[in-house]
Amino acid sequence: MDMNQYLSMFIDESNDHLQSLNESMMGLEANPEDISIVQVIFRSAHTLKGMAATMGFEDLASLTHQMENVLDLVRNNKLRMQDFIFDTLFKSLDALESMVEDITGGGEGKADVTAIVSSLQAIVRGEVPAAAGAAAEVTAAAATTGDAQISLDEFQYSVLEQSLQEGHQVLYVDVAIRKDCQLKAVRAYMVFDLLERSGEVVKSFPSVQDIEQEKFDYGFSLYYITQKDASEIQRMILNLSEIDKVTAVALDQESLSQMAQEMSAATAEASPAAPVQESSASAPAKAPAASAAKEENGKSAPVRTGGAPSRTIRVDIERLDVLMNLFSELLIDRVRLEQLASEVQNGDLTETVEHMGRVSGDLQNIVMKLRMVPVDTVFNRFPRMVRDLAKSLDKKIDLVVTGAETELDRTVIDEIGDPLVHLLRNAVDHGVESIQDRLASGKSDTGTVNLRAFHSGNHVFIEIEDDGAGIKPQKILQSAIKKGIITQEQAASYSDDEAIQLLFAPGFSTAEVISDVSGRGVGLDVVKSKITSLGGNVVVYSTPGKGTNFSVQLPLTLSIIAAMLVKIGSEKYAIPLSSIVETGIVKNTQIRTIHGNRMIEFRNSHIPLLSLSKFYAVPDFDESTEEETEIVVVRKGERLVALAVQDFIGQNEIVIKNLGKYLPEVQGISGATILGDGQVALIIDPNAFIK
Amino acid sequence: MADDIKVIVFKLGSEEYGIEVEKVQTIERMMPITRVPKTYSFIKGVINLRGVVIPVIDLRGRFGIQEAEHTDQTRIIIVNVNEMEVGFIVDSANDVIDLNRDSIDTPPDVVGGIKAKYLDGVAKIGEDRLLIMLNLTEVLNKSEIVQLESLEG
Repeated sequence: MDMNQYLSMFIDESNDHLQSLNESMMGLEANPEDISIVQVIFRSAHTLKGMAATMGFEDLASLTHQMENVLDLVRNNKLRMQDFIFDTLFKSLDALESMVEDITGGGEGKADVTAIVSSLQAIVRGEVPAAAGAAAEVTAAAATTGDAQISLDEFQYSVLEQSLQEGHQVLYVDVAIRKDCQLKAVRAYMVFDLLERSGEVVKSFPSVQDIEQEKFDYGFSLYYITQKDASEIQRMILNLSEIDKVTAVALDQESLSQMAQEMSAATAEASPAAPVQESSASAPAKAPAASAAKEENGKSAPVRTGGAPSRTIRVDIERLDVLMNLFSELLIDRVRLEQLASEVQNGDLTETVEHMGRVSGDLQNIVMKLRMVPVDTVFNRFPRMVRDLAKSLDKKIDLVVTGAETELDRTVIDEIGDPLVHLLRNAVDHGVESIQDRLASGKSDTGTVNLRAFHSGNHVFIEIEDDGAGIKPQKILQSAIKKGIITQEQAASYSDDEAIQLLFAPGFSTAEVISDVSGRGVGLDVVKSKITSLGGNVVVYSTPGKGTNFSVQLPLTLSIIAAMLVKIGSEKYAIPLSSIVETGIVKNTQIRTIHGNRMIEFRNSHIPLLSLSKFYAVPDFDESTEEETEIVVVRKGERLVALAVQDFIGQNEIVIKNLGKYLPEVQGISGATILGDGQVALIIDPNAFIK
Repeated sequence: MADDIKVIVFKLGSEEYGIEVEKVQTIERMMPITRVPKTYSFIKGVINLRGVVIPVIDLRGRFGIQEAEHTDQTRIIIVNVNEMEVGFIVDSANDVIDLNRDSIDTPPDVVGGIKAKYLDGVAKIGEDRLLIMLNLTEVLNKSEIVQLESLEG
């Protein structure tokens, strides 16, 4: 059977499934006890496996099969989710993604996944490295050289190896806290704090998170890189109170490599008893947890259904352009037909034309919306990215996404991904400080990165804001001078705000800056030029100590907004609904003159009343001749102004178009739109009236 | 020998002007124009040309000639220069002719009241027809408009 015709469908659906898998996994990580999420993940993985097998992508199918085995155990309460399993599953997802990408690119979807598959198999067999069962033995176990109490993964192993080669000391430290200690987590934290001051903890067992939550006995062990020698470290830790015993053993190259061998052997023969013990231990705890999860289900279920894969087809964007243009021509003909029908006065004809008018109105809406895509399509991969990044940097970061439903033109969406990734990475890497620094400056240990999208005027704004250390303008100026971007004299005339914008200057970004100026400035000029090429702009605001905000402004070309259409004389204007507070009618007697400005009373305060017909010099209307004036109250931030118009026509979804390159910026006009009858109406920019 | 070029011929008053055919997108009949406030007086507004909003200039106004009532003959010539789409309102447009580049002479300083910088040259067709070739880039030059505006204002 020829599968080619199904290929694109397969790719689309696989991507949808992978996305929902990713999202569910994130949800599960935040809420590991919630078995219902596991069910969702299991179903997605199962569907994916079925599709892959049908299409003949064996590697894809076998990997999903292994994932399914793990998930099945979790689903049946035979296995508890923990960091290691999460990491392996996330790695599997990444592998699946790259396979699907390969298939998309015309490849076979083949990839070497043996490593992942074998670790998944190990999990299924219950060989969770350093499983909970080992915890009790930790204190008892003597820290003999090379005895792999903690299994290291390849990356950590290579870190240790490298440190040795560079002449650092690699220590295996075993700490026991006195049994009568009240706050063992605090003691443990003090040990870590002490160690971090003169070196780096590569891996600890139990994990730092578990220790923080007191999920450990009275001892823990860790691998540590430092310049100091073992006895000194031992003495330092013992100086802390309530520490019972410390053993620090220096490792050498030989013991390390021995460890590496044992590591692979250990995974093969680890005791199968571990998971049993674990699940029995967790069984009593699970009962209340399950009921709690059930309660939560009611609330979280609708959210999850929102993430269900949507049914889509792919369409070349150029075809949409053609469709749009053809449709506009049809509109013009429709208007002509309507005119003719009204002249001919034939009932049947009029009826048909009216029906046609309604249908084409609906059609117009759909055609115009086709190109619009919610920014969610770009945003949805960020939570995962930030999670991974934060983990690798040992930071705690909450990514808060708002306004994901904001729609942007497809072409902009396609281009905006990379710059946003760059800005987000910056925020996570350099914006948010390390846990220690945050605690030291009196902040909570978890940093927050806000990712916001919203409409404003004729632009969409995307903001990436962190609550990190902020940027010091002086440092920016210094390195800008050093790099020859500005001269000493120029620097003197720069305000703080201007100085920070130098981050975007070409040539500012070099590796050296990373350490100089809290790391900002890596390739930001590329980000800027990309956004500028889309007709947008990017600026940065920063308060030292409070955080940094990168604000990306994108044009709304072809974007659809809801607007109120108003009539002034023979002319029609559109006012974006987002800036309208209220519409109403005021009598001429209610209008007062204060300091020569016309004001009206509105919600217990006085706001200025502006005549649109005067402002735009409309030739055939003057509201001062009327007894009552229709007003539209618009706002910019907190400030309000009332605009006098002749009539309200109604509310409409409009497509924003620019006025063409030839026209210079017109004050008070942000763009134009084409109305249902083919006429052009100008879009009022309310921001212009409020200074 | 220079090449032949195709030229669209249009009229402003009694003068005949030419624009190279490659720069012309379409020629449209008069259609509803939406006035754009707070801009130059010769910019008549914008039109909807098959879904694209295009600004329209009254060429008479641009060249400082008395503007005329629009008639049945009035046309909007849509040109595309330097990726700018602009419509020109002209009195009439009804001819396409072949022109040899050699027959285009450098213009005298002032032709029909239009400054020489807006012109590419003047071509003589037949016995008594003079065709004024427009330099579109100059006609659409915005920096010059700004100067013009500051003089007026």
